[in-house]
Amino acid sequence: MTATLSRPGRAAPPAVRRAPSGGRTPAARRRYALTVLAFLLPSAVPLAMFVLGPMVAAAWISLTDWNLLAPANWVGFDNYAKLLTDPKTGDVFLHTLAYIAGYLPLVYLGGLAIALGLNTALRGRTLLRGVYFLPVVTSWIVVALVWRWLLNPANGVVNTVLAWFGIDGPGWWTDPAWAMPSIILASAWKDLGFVMVILLAGLQAIDPALLEAARVDGAGWWRRLVSIIMPLLSPATFFVIVISLINGFQVFDQVYAMTGGGPGGATQVVVQQIYDLTFRYGRAGEASALSWMLFVVILAVTVVQIRGQRKWVNYG
Amino acid sequence: MRTTALAAAGIAAAAALVMTACTADGGQADGPVTITYTNFISNDGNEENLQKIVAAFEEEHPDISVEVTTLPYADYGTALQTDLAAGTVSDVFDLEYANYAQYQANGVLAEIPVEDPSVYRESVLEAYATDGKQYALPSSFSTVVLFYNSDLFDAAGLEYPTSDWTWADEQAAAEQLTDQAAGVWGDHQPVSFYEFYKVLAQNGGEFLDESGTKTAFNTPEGVEAAEWLVGKSGTVMPTVEQGQGTPDFDTNLFSDGKLAMLHTGIWMFGAFADVPFGWDIAVEPGNTQQASALFSNAVGVSSGSKHQDAAAEFARFLTSSDVMVETRLDAGWELPVISDEAALESYLTLGDPANRQAVFDSLDQVALPPVVAKGQQEMQDIMTEELVEAQAGRKTVEEALASASERIDAAIG
Repeated sequence: MTATLSRPGRAAPPAVRRAPSGGRTPAARRRYALTVLAFLLPSAVPLAMFVLGPMVAAAWISLTDWNLLAPANWVGFDNYAKLLTDPKTGDVFLHTLAYIAGYLPLVYLGGLAIALGLNTALRGRTLLRGVYFLPVVTSWIVVALVWRWLLNPANGVVNTVLAWFGIDGPGWWTDPAWAMPSIILASAWKDLGFVMVILLAGLQAIDPALLEAARVDGAGWWRRLVSIIMPLLSPATFFVIVISLINGFQVFDQVYAMTGGGPGGATQVVVQQIYDLTFRYGRAGEASALSWMLFVVILAVTVVQIRGQRKWVNYG
Repeated sequence: MRTTALAAAGIAAAAALVMTACTADGGQADGPVTITYTNFISNDGNEENLQKIVAAFEEEHPDISVEVTTLPYADYGTALQTDLAAGTVSDVFDLEYANYAQYQANGVLAEIPVEDPSVYRESVLEAYATDGKQYALPSSFSTVVLFYNSDLFDAAGLEYPTSDWTWADEQAAAEQLTDQAAGVWGDHQPVSFYEFYKVLAQNGGEFLDESGTKTAFNTPEGVEAAEWLVGKSGTVMPTVEQGQGTPDFDTNLFSDGKLAMLHTGIWMFGAFADVPFGWDIAVEPGNTQQASALFSNAVGVSSGSKHQDAAAEFARFLTSSDVMVETRLDAGWELPVISDEAALESYLTLGDPANRQAVFDSLDQVALPPVVAKGQQEMQDIMTEELVEAQAGRKTVEEALASASERIDAAIG
């Protein structure tokens, strides 16, 4: 039965679609190239100015001892060597990984649950979609302040409610063991709406006839979810995971606003270390080297994911 | 044809984007000039007072106008550093004593000729000179004193703090004044680098050794000083969980009449002027000796400024003119760094606090913050972080000091 269902009832696209090259004559090709260029420029120029340019500059700065004030001196790979032997570097990468390990499952499963709920004929679902998306477009500073108050260990809403049930709430952002979970909680809450929107779009692309056929064949809710919805949702899942991982490695705003890296450095993450090194300590060379290390890590993780997608992502 | 037009439009749009990124630098002719001044000293209440001084300067120098930008102190250092790196720093900008050495060593400060150094308080002026040349001019100084709510002292039937108090007197009073059930606390002293170097001096210790590149505070005196600092939390002072350490927490608590004693700077006089209870100040108690924190702000002229003469003229006016002295004294702003004691007389009779003499008394034994040429901010951050660890009870005071000493040595060596 699953074999007959594994392919939706429409023709598979050709394996490789040849990109149009704009005609056969040289003049037509040139005109085509110009058109492509014209459409690319508005995004290529800012990209070159604000992303590629700074990246190249950072690569150069990472090989110098620039302190923002005095002229830079060439130091070769000293900054990288220093970072690799500094225990702080390991700490900030570990904290970042801990954040991702907590955040990713929470935001994905939460987003999935809401998307499944909103994909039904629920009353007021349009309104609910807006409500869930609202935190996504809210400034992190606002969200962080609200969560700081909610999770205030002494008189926050959360601990007050816990106290009604006789539970002695933890010192959320004042206890090193709870500070990262607090940040993860707030982050997952804020990003739920984004994940929900992507997954909802994926859900709505699933042919209802498939689910109906499965129901007729006696598949229960769980069976339909695992055997039909999840495989057909895999492109959306893949996109959410790639984007969330990249964003997760770059976590900064919420940490800066909620704990400032504290207590006792327990929530210091990579981007915050880059910020501190540059703007607090004037060690722009080291900060640039750390930026490049982070870039290489993100690139490697993303490449592995794209290679691995063949095994589990189903493009129908 | 249509595609060519589209391409042309795209390229034009791109070219426009690139062109807005580079603006032409106009050459400087003689005649009226505009100089820029970025400051934090007037932020939070003294903006109009600064404007008064600027207006007087412009009146005296019709060919110079001054464009003032005011930033909050908390963001100022980052903004200044970014402007210096980007080459967009103002002609004249504020700096504080702790950062002077670093900026001077990196060549961002222009020399400011001073014709008559005798108008300035000599010791403070010298703090901004390197190799006999003046690279910044002190605009103000302030000290940290012990503020107290006299109504709370009266209610508890206690004697007011005097300038002869020691830590033990303060501790005893703080314990009696604390009434946690009523939300009233006996004492507040920030747990930070700036308090630690001072209480260390009050206990006869030194922060750095003679080389100036190695810490010297991990000693029995240092441990005792750190214990004095962190031990208040949870007994006579609120804990971090209760909000201690967040901006304005302590001064708001004092203004609300819920704090009996407060260690803070004389820059708070204006903010406390209208509180509905009696208050006064005393020189901060010491342990083996007295030591008061002396803060001093200064202005520097950017070595990249195109109007260095005009900028230096404004810097001199801002730090030594009669208008400045008068404005600062009238407003109860931080004190001008002038040598003329008589001009400061009026300060003593300005009203609350009554014991303004304590401000001058606190100058008798001052403790200047330790200054290093490299890693100043890191040193401060590490010290504060380790002290807060001890305050939270996650480390013993001994562990925190040992760790701080090791980490700071690595950062400043």
